[in-house]
Amino acid sequence: MAYIIEMLNITKDFPGIRANDNITLQVEEHSIHALLGENGAGKSTLMSILFGLYQPDAGKIRIKGKDVRVTDPNVATRLGIGMVHQHFKLVHNFTVTENIILGMEPRKGPIIDIRAAEQKVEAISKLYGLAVDPRAKIEDISVGMQQRVEILKMLYRDAEMLIFDEPTAVLTPQEIHELMHIMRRLVEEGKTILLITHKLKEIKEVADICTVLRRGKVVGTVKVADASEEQMAEMMVGREVSFHVAKGPAQPKEVMLRIENLNVKNNKGVLGVKNLSLEVRKGEVLGLCGIDGNGQTELVQALTGLTRIESGKIFVGDTDITPLSIKARTDLGLGHIPEDRQKHGLVLDFTLSENFVIHNYYEKPYAHWGILNPKAIRENADRLIREFDVRSGQGGDTPARSMSGGNQQKAIVAREIDRSPKVLVVAQPTRGLDVGAIEYIHKRIIAERDNDKAILLVSLELDEILDVSDRIAVIFNGEIVGIVNAKETDENELGLMMAGSLRKNVPPARQSETSASVQGRNA
Amino acid sequence: MTKRTEKVLMPLIAVFLGFLLGSIIVISTGRSPVSMFSAMIRAVTGIDLVNGMSFNPRYIGEFIIQSMPIILTGLAFAFASRTGLFSIGAEGQLMVGSLAATAVSLLVVAPAAVHVPLVLLAALLAGALWGGIPGLLKARFNVHEVVVTIMMNYIAFHLNNFTILNVFGSVDRVKTAFFPQSALLKDPMLESLTNGSRLNWGFVPVILALLAFSFIINKTTFGYSLRAVGYNKEAARYAGMKVNRNIILSMMIAGAFAGLAGAVITNGTFNFGRALPASEGYGFDGIAVALVGANEASGILFAGLLFGMLKAAQPLMQSQGIPKEIVGIIQASIVLFVAMQYGIKMILDKLASKKNASAEGGQE
Repeated sequence: MAYIIEMLNITKDFPGIRANDNITLQVEEHSIHALLGENGAGKSTLMSILFGLYQPDAGKIRIKGKDVRVTDPNVATRLGIGMVHQHFKLVHNFTVTENIILGMEPRKGPIIDIRAAEQKVEAISKLYGLAVDPRAKIEDISVGMQQRVEILKMLYRDAEMLIFDEPTAVLTPQEIHELMHIMRRLVEEGKTILLITHKLKEIKEVADICTVLRRGKVVGTVKVADASEEQMAEMMVGREVSFHVAKGPAQPKEVMLRIENLNVKNNKGVLGVKNLSLEVRKGEVLGLCGIDGNGQTELVQALTGLTRIESGKIFVGDTDITPLSIKARTDLGLGHIPEDRQKHGLVLDFTLSENFVIHNYYEKPYAHWGILNPKAIRENADRLIREFDVRSGQGGDTPARSMSGGNQQKAIVAREIDRSPKVLVVAQPTRGLDVGAIEYIHKRIIAERDNDKAILLVSLELDEILDVSDRIAVIFNGEIVGIVNAKETDENELGLMMAGSLRKNVPPARQSETSASVQGRNA
Repeated sequence: MTKRTEKVLMPLIAVFLGFLLGSIIVISTGRSPVSMFSAMIRAVTGIDLVNGMSFNPRYIGEFIIQSMPIILTGLAFAFASRTGLFSIGAEGQLMVGSLAATAVSLLVVAPAAVHVPLVLLAALLAGALWGGIPGLLKARFNVHEVVVTIMMNYIAFHLNNFTILNVFGSVDRVKTAFFPQSALLKDPMLESLTNGSRLNWGFVPVILALLAFSFIINKTTFGYSLRAVGYNKEAARYAGMKVNRNIILSMMIAGAFAGLAGAVITNGTFNFGRALPASEGYGFDGIAVALVGANEASGILFAGLLFGMLKAAQPLMQSQGIPKEIVGIIQASIVLFVAMQYGIKMILDKLASKKNASAEGGQE
C-alpha cells in the first residue's frame, strides 16, 4: 500500500529541548495509524508540524508522494488534512450546519444558501453513519454528537487525512465505542486516520499500525495485531509497567466522611448537586464516576469549602464542617488533590519549596514571628522530593511552572499526603499523565487507604475508578444513581448508570446512618 | 540564558534601545547626541565634560531629589502589582500624603526629633487610608481597582487644593505659610555640601522604604501570602489564605509608600504646602519605574535613579539646544521596550539558535 503521509527525518528544536529528533512517520492510505507517547514525548509538536503550526528545523513532509511545505493550517486544509481537536471549536448557539459552513459559506447571490448546506451535511452524515441532525443547535446535543460535528466539519472540507487528538477524553464508554465504529467506517470510505492517544486499549481496539514516541524519538512502529498492550506500554515508558494496582482487600472501618442530603448550586445558578448523600469509611476508596459536568466539580468544591452550599450537612468524623472555612477544614484533616492542578493546586510562579508549604508556611518551623525560615522550607522540600520521587531540574528551587505535568501532580500528592489528612478528596488525579506517573499515583492512593485514611476518588476515567476503588458511586445529573462494589461491576453497567438509564442500590433521600451503611454493604 | 540573567539583561537592553532611539531623534533634529549624553553625565556626576571639566555637586543633589519620590511611587505600584493589582492611585495617595504632612507640619508644635517622624507617619497613614478604599471596594464588591484609583486621584487632587486654599489659608493662592523648622527634612549642611541644591534627609525614608519593601515581600509570611495571591488567586484561596484581606492590606501598604513620597516632597524639596494647577505625574512616573525595575526593590532603585537622572538632565539638555521633550521620548520608549521584552527575547533566542545551528553545521 502507498504511503499517504510521510514525515521524513523531522527535527524540531525549542530553546533548551529537542522536541522532535529525526522522527520518521509513514502512514499508509486507508489505515488507522496511532501515535502513542507519554506527555512531552513530542506527539503534539509532530502533529503541529504536519498541520502547519510549526516549521521543522530539518526533514521534509510528503503527501501522496509529493514534497510539500505546510506553511500554515490553510495549506494543510488544502492538502486534505483535517484535525479534530481535543477541545471542540464550536459556536454553541449556532446550528450544526451553521458551525460546519463557518468560514466557507455557500452563497446564492449575497445570501447564504443554508438549505443547500444542510442537504450536503445530511448527505455526508448519512454516508459515514454519523446520524447528526443538521438543524440541531450545538448547545442541545451531547458531547459525543458535538465531536461528530467536528468530524463533519473536516469531511465537509473534503479532508482525506483526519488527525484525532485524544478524542475519547470527554466521552462515555458507549460513546467511545460508537466513535471507534465511526472511525472504522471512515476508513472503509477511503479516509486515513492519525490517532493521537495515550490509551492503549483504544489503540488495540481500532488502530492498524502504531508508532511509539519517547523523548522526541521514534522508539518503534509496530503492527497493532502483533503487539500486546504491555509491549506497547513498555516501548512508551521505557520500562515494564503494571496496569493493575496491586492491592489487598479493603478493610473499611468507621465512617469518616459523611455527606447528608447535600444541595449545591452550579455556576449557572441551578442545582448541580441534588440531595446527595454518601459515606466514605476509614480504610476504603470510594470511587465517584460519572460523565463530566454531572455535579462532580460542585460536590468537590462543596466538600473543600470553595462553594457555598444550599442545604445539607457534611461531617468529617463527628464534626459538621459545613459552617467551617476552607482553612478550618484543612486543619481538621481534610486533604484535597484538586481537579485542576495548575489553577488550584499550585502557584506556578512559586518554586517547588514554596509550593510545598502553601498550607502551613506561617507555622513553625517554616516561620517564626511572621518571618520565613528558608532553611526549614528548603529541608522540607528536599525530604518530600526524596520521599515522593518528584523530579525537578534544580530541586526545591525549581519553578513549578517548568516541571512536567506528572511531576507537578506528584508534588501536590506529596504535599497533601504528607499532611496526613483523615479524609482525602482526590479529583482527577491522573488526567493527562502518562502510564508511569499514573502507576505511581495509584500506588500512593492505595497506600493511604491501607493507612486507614478515607478516600473519595473522583474521576472521569473508568479504568481508574474500576482499578483503584473498593466501592463505586455513580453520579448522574447531580444525583447518586448507583452504588456498587468495584469487584462486582464492569464498564457496561457503570456506563449505563452514567448515562442515567440504570439505577442500582440508590440510598434513600432521607436516611439514618445505619440504613446508609447497610446500603453500602449490600452493594 | 538563565532566568536571573534574563531578568537583569532585558531591562538593560530596553534602556539601551531607548537611548538609541533618543539619539536617532536628536540626530534627526540636527543636534549632536554627544551633548545629550554629556548633559546626562553632568546631571549624575556634576562633571561638565564639554566645558573644561568643571565640577558642580549641586547637580548630584538635584538628581537625587528627582529620584526620591518616583522611587517611592514605584514601590507603591510594585507592591500592589505583586498582589496582582493594577493600582494607578499613587498620584492621589501622594497628594493626600502631602496634605497630611502639611497639616501636621502647621498644626503640631514639637521638637524636630518628634515632629519629623510625626509628619512622615501622618503622610504614610493618609496614603494607606487612600489606598485602602479601592482595596476595600475591590475585596468587598469586586469593583475594579483601576477605575476606583483613577477616581480617587481626582478626589485627592481637589481635596488637596480645597484644603490648602480654604483651610490652611494660602498666602498667595498657591501655597501655605512656611513650615516651622522642626518639621523639615531640609538641612543646611546637606545643602552646602551640594553647593546649594535642595538635597535633604528625604533619602533616609526612601532607603528604609526600599528595605521594607524587599523584606516584606521576600522574607515574611505576609509577603509569601501576598505573592501567592498575586500569582494565583485561586490556588491561594484553595490553600485557605485570606485573599480579600490581603488585597486590602496590599493596597494600604502601597498607598503608604506613595503617601510617604508626598511628605518627602512637601517637607524636603519644599517647605510649604502647595495648591496644584495640575497633577505632577509622580504617580505615573512610578508605574514606569516599577515596570522597568521588574517590581523588585533593587530594580526600582536603579530605574528610579535612571528616570530621576533623565528628569534632572532635562534643563541641562535644553541649555544645549536639545528639546526637553527628548527626555519624554526616551522615557516612553524605555517603557515600551520593556513591555516588548517577550518580542526582544524571541529575537535573541532566534539569533542564539541560528548561531548554534551554524556551529553544528560547521561540525558536520
